[in-house]
Amino acid sequence: MGQYKVYEIKQSIFKANDDAADVLRAEMKKDHCFLLNLMSSPGSGKTTTLTRTIEKLGDKMNIGIMEADIDSDVDAERISHTGVKKVIQLHTGGMCHLDADMTRQGLTEMGTDDLDLVVLENVGNLVCPAEFDTGAAKNAMILSVPEGHDKPLKYPLIFQVCDALIINKIDVLPYFDFDMDKVVEFAKMRNPNIKIFPISAKTGEGMDAWCAWLREQADTWNAR
Amino acid sequence: MHELSIVTYVIEQVEKIAKENELTDIQSVTLEFGEVSGIVPEYLSDCWQWYAKKKPIIEHAEFKYEIIPAITWCDDCKSTYPTVKYGKTCPHCGSGRTWLQQGQEMNIKQIEAC
Repeated sequence: MGQYKVYEIKQSIFKANDDAADVLRAEMKKDHCFLLNLMSSPGSGKTTTLTRTIEKLGDKMNIGIMEADIDSDVDAERISHTGVKKVIQLHTGGMCHLDADMTRQGLTEMGTDDLDLVVLENVGNLVCPAEFDTGAAKNAMILSVPEGHDKPLKYPLIFQVCDALIINKIDVLPYFDFDMDKVVEFAKMRNPNIKIFPISAKTGEGMDAWCAWLREQADTWNAR
Repeated sequence: MHELSIVTYVIEQVEKIAKENELTDIQSVTLEFGEVSGIVPEYLSDCWQWYAKKKPIIEHAEFKYEIIPAITWCDDCKSTYPTVKYGKTCPHCGSGRTWLQQGQEMNIKQIEAC
C-alpha cells in the first residue's frame, strides 16, 4: 500500500448536475424549444394552473407537458384532456426531485422537434427541486394562499432560483390571514428580480398576465 | 430526504476524480457544507454508509465532514452577524437589508487517496 496523498477538490456537490443542465439548456436553445421548470408544494394547484395555461396558449403554441411524480399518472391523465399536443408522465422512483439527466430522458422520450414550449411539472416539494438545475430556460413556482405568506422566509432557496412566482387561489383570500404585501416583500427580499403573478386558476383571474409573461419568455428564447 | 441524492452525486464525482487521477485506493472523503444548506449530517452519514457498500472504490473510505458557519452581511451598518441566531434582521442596527455571506455551500472539500 502506497502513501496517501491529500487531493484538494473544493468542488460543488452539484457540479456534475449543473454541467449536465448547461449542456441541455444549450441544446434546447439550438432546437428553439423553451423549457419551463414549474415547482411548488403538493396541492398548490400546479395541474389546474397548467390546464388553464393550455386553454389560453394552446392554439398559439405547440405545448408539451412532462408530469413528474413519485408514482401514479393522475396528473398526466388530467392534462391529456386539455387537448395539449403531448403529455408524458415521469416517475422519479421515490426521488423527491428531477435532475438534468432525468429531464433529458423525459424530453427524449417525448420528442420536442414539433414543440415550442415544454413545461416540466416537478415533484411537489419546496426544498430539493430548488437544488437541482433541470436545464430549464426559466424556473417558476406556485405558492397558494392557504400555505401562508411566510414561505419565502422558510424556504429561501426556491424563491431565489425562480424567475416567476405565481400566487394561486386568490379567490379564497377573504378566508385566510394571508398578507399579499408581506409575501411580495419577503419574496423580493430573497430575489429582487422575481416577477409575481397573483392568480386564481379556478376563476381564471390573473391568468392573462401570467400567460403573457410566459409567451413573451418563450418567444424571446425561441427567436430565430 | 435529499441526502441520498446528494450522496449519489458525491460518489459519482469521487469516482470521476479517482479515474482522472488514476487513484485506486481512497482512504477518506471530506465534504464541507454550510450551516443553512439544509443538510442533516446524520442522514448524510447514514446514506453514505449504505451507498458506499455498493461502490468498491470507496467501500473502506472514511466519511468526514466540516460545517461552514452561516454568516450574514448587513448592507446598512457594514457588519456581519451569525445567521442562525438572528435570521434576516441585523442585530446591530435592525436593518433588513442583509445578505447571506456564507453558509449555503455543499462542496467536496478533499479526498485522501493513492
